[in-house]
Formats: sequence, structure tokens, C-alpha cells
Amino acid sequence: MPIAINGEDYPLPADPRTSLLDFIRREAGLTGTKKGCDHGQCGACTVLVGGVRINSCLSLAVTNDGEEVTTIEGLGTLAAPAAMQMAFVAQDAFQCGYCTPGQICSATALLEEVAAGWPSDATADLGAAPELTDEEIRERMSGNLCRCGAYANILAAIREVAEEAA
Amino acid sequence: MRPFDYQRAERLEHASQLAADADTLPLAGGTNLVDLMKLEVETPQTLVDISRLPLRSIAEEGAGLRIGALVTNTATAADPRVRADYPVLARAILAGASQQLRNRATTGGNLCQRTRCYYFTNIDQPCNKREPGSGCGAIEGIARIHAVLGTSPHCIATYPGDMAVALAALDARVEIARENGSSRSVPVRDFHRLPGDTPERDNVLEPGEIITAVTLPAPVGGTQLYRKVRERSSYAFALCSVAALVALEDNRFTRADLAFGGLAHKPWHDPRIAELLVGSEPSLALFDRAADLLLEGAQGYGENDFKIPLARRTLAAVLCEASGVGA
Repeated sequence: MPIAINGEDYPLPADPRTSLLDFIRREAGLTGTKKGCDHGQCGACTVLVGGVRINSCLSLAVTNDGEEVTTIEGLGTLAAPAAMQMAFVAQDAFQCGYCTPGQICSATALLEEVAAGWPSDATADLGAAPELTDEEIRERMSGNLCRCGAYANILAAIREVAEEAA
Repeated sequence: MRPFDYQRAERLEHASQLAADADTLPLAGGTNLVDLMKLEVETPQTLVDISRLPLRSIAEEGAGLRIGALVTNTATAADPRVRADYPVLARAILAGASQQLRNRATTGGNLCQRTRCYYFTNIDQPCNKREPGSGCGAIEGIARIHAVLGTSPHCIATYPGDMAVALAALDARVEIARENGSSRSVPVRDFHRLPGDTPERDNVLEPGEIITAVTLPAPVGGTQLYRKVRERSSYAFALCSVAALVALEDNRFTRADLAFGGLAHKPWHDPRIAELLVGSEPSLALFDRAADLLLEGAQGYGENDFKIPLARRTLAAVLCEASGVGA
């Protein structure tokens, strides 16, 4: 079975060593997803697989056959950007921009995860639905590093989208 | 990454048969294994992908809970039964890694994750765990994250995980399928090994054995805490952690099941601590005696000397929080 990326099917790679990240960038030619550390530590390669965010650098492409992958290109376009993309621009939530696609994929998934009631390390009461406090957002974004240190504005961008949706 | 042959297991028996080969490794979430293959720390000739096997459910079993080996860390921590009845497990999982990693990391894979010792993950350095007989670079080298309990002259690596520390406190069991189709069950407290003179073996799994589930005993209630001390407040491994199941009646402990992470080659559980605490009135002096038991024979290696007083204070902090002493 092929891998669907942003709705388009791509045949599995011949070499099983190919990471999902390299597959997205090289085979599909979608270079929005970035390679930072390539070891699951920085989050620049974050994409959604079946709607769930993962580090694409730590996933072998062949293990994702039949899956639906969404990258930054699948979230929005220049002509029709997603709310999270617009919020990142409005809040100046990046400087160099290298980590930004991963940050936006993560932030998009984060809102879904909170809506689904998934707890985090910052959730005080495991028996209650988590609230989207700043502490919660920071904890849930800790897998995405930003060497420019745009964290405060990334937080503001996520908060803006969450408040618009509320 | 070295080339390898990729096979997908359609059935558990198939996976077991393939994994009986010493050059074959099972692949589940891949969050640790794929990384180690990039570093050429792991160089399997064959990877058997077990990620599509039907081991993905959390089910009630007897009075307890059975968590399939392929249930993601995220799914376990979000499960309402885990959150209500085994909060220490949810807390421990949520204290580890990042959301992206927990979304792929599995129960079985998490138990099998390997040490983050810098000498183990760098193939240019000596490491008896990675290459038996090559020596241990950490004993006289950089040892900040290393063990202070149960070390050997061959290895001072720590088991890095959080989930297993909570499972050890809960006295959960690991269910293991064998190559011949039978199965066995091992207490989590006995699943990981001390390094001794065979540090290349992290745990008691034999060739061809595959973890199928973790089983939790009936809920015990009480206060359940997971305290993790680390270099930064999120997304870092434990320097020291304590999982605690504590109950008191009439100001005396009726339960005090504790397990410790970041201190040894396995989640550390010392039954003498519960024997000391149960029946006694909580006090700082008592907690200090519990720490004396925990740290009997503890040995630092220079950079990690701090872990010995840190473990003492973390133990006291958890017992203070659970009992109200010093509040």
C-alpha cells in the first residue's frame, strides 16, 4: 500500500532505511518539513500521521504504508493559510523560520489533543478535562525547540487560535 | 544506518520465530531503536516490524488491567481507568519524553528502551554494554547521568525510563510470548537486570521472546505520586525519580510501595523500605532511615556523586507530600 501525503499517494521506498522525513522531502519533494537533529530531539520534523503528531525522523517510511500523512503544506497554502499559520505571522512567532513548520504541525495537533481530553505533565487534576493554560501549552510544546527563542510569541500564536475557536 | 532486511510480522508466532535469530530485532514504535540504528549502535541484519500485531488494547483483566504491548504511551496515559485507578502510571508516562514521542512509543518498547549513557551511544567510545570486553568509558569518565546503586566494574549505566518505575511501584507484571508458542509472566521488578559481568543484557528476555502485555494488579487507591528531578522542567531524563503508592490510617503508614528511577540499571525497588515504613508514624527521622536503606552500598563515580544526597532528599520530599509531614 502506498503512503498518502496531503491526499496524494506515493509508492513505498525501495530502501527500508528511508525515514519518513527523508521520504517526505526527497520522494514527495515536500521540503516544508525540516531536518533539525534527525534524532527526535528538536521537533523540526513533526508531521501528522493519521492526525497524530510524530517525529518523522524516527519513523521508517516503510512502516507507514497505508497511512495518511499531513505536512505543513497540507495544513494550508499561501492562498488559503490555516488559522495557525496566520497566527504565527500575526504574533511574529519565528525569526529564522526553520523550526516553524514543525511548531505549527505540533500546535495544530496540540489543540486537538486538548479537545480530546488528553492529559499532560502540567495537568493538575487527571480526573478533569485539561484547561489550555499557558503552562499546559508550554509543556505540550516542549518537544519543539526554537534556537531563535521565539517561544513567547509561539505561545501567543497558539493562544490566539485557541481563543478564536472558543 | 547499516542496510537491513525489513519484514512485517503478520502473526505473533511469526514475529517470535524471526526474533529468535540473534541478528534480528523486533520494531514497534521505533522511537529508540531507529535512533540507535542511525548511530550504528544497533546493527540488526533483519528488522521484524511487529507494529501491526493486534496488541493494541487496554482491557480489564480480573480486578486489574491488561495493557497491550503496542498500546502507545499516549493511549495509556489518557485512558480513564489508568488515570482514575493507577494515576502514578499516567504521571510517570507524562513526565517522560515529548508528546510526539509518546504518540509512537509503545508499552513493550518503552520497557526495552536502552540506556542513554554517552559511551553506549557513541560507537567511537569503549562500552561493555555495546561491545562486551571493550571496557567502560564512564567509570572514570563523564558520569553525570550514571548509576549509584547496583553498579558493577563493567557498567554503571542507568535504565532511562519513567513508565517502568511506576510499574515497579505498582508491582505490575510483564507478559512474554515465547518462540514455542507458550508464554510466561515476569514481575516488572525482576524484568530488568543489574549489569554484573553481562551488561549487554538489559533485561531477562531470551531470543525469540516478545512482550505481549503489561498486567496491573487490582487498584490499591491511596496517594500515588511520581516525582522526577531533571535538568530542565520538561523533556529530559530523570536524574532521580520516585514512584510512590502510599496510604495512612491513624497517622501510620499502611502502604508504602516505592520505586526509584535514574539511580540504577533497573527501576530500583527495595522491599525493606516498605517493611520499615508500614506501621510507623511518618516523620523526617523515619524518612531518613528509609533513605539509609535505599542508599546502603550506594557508590558515586565523581560527576554523579550528587545523586546520593539527591535521592535522599527526593525520597523525603515524596513521603512528606504523601503524609503531610512538614506541610
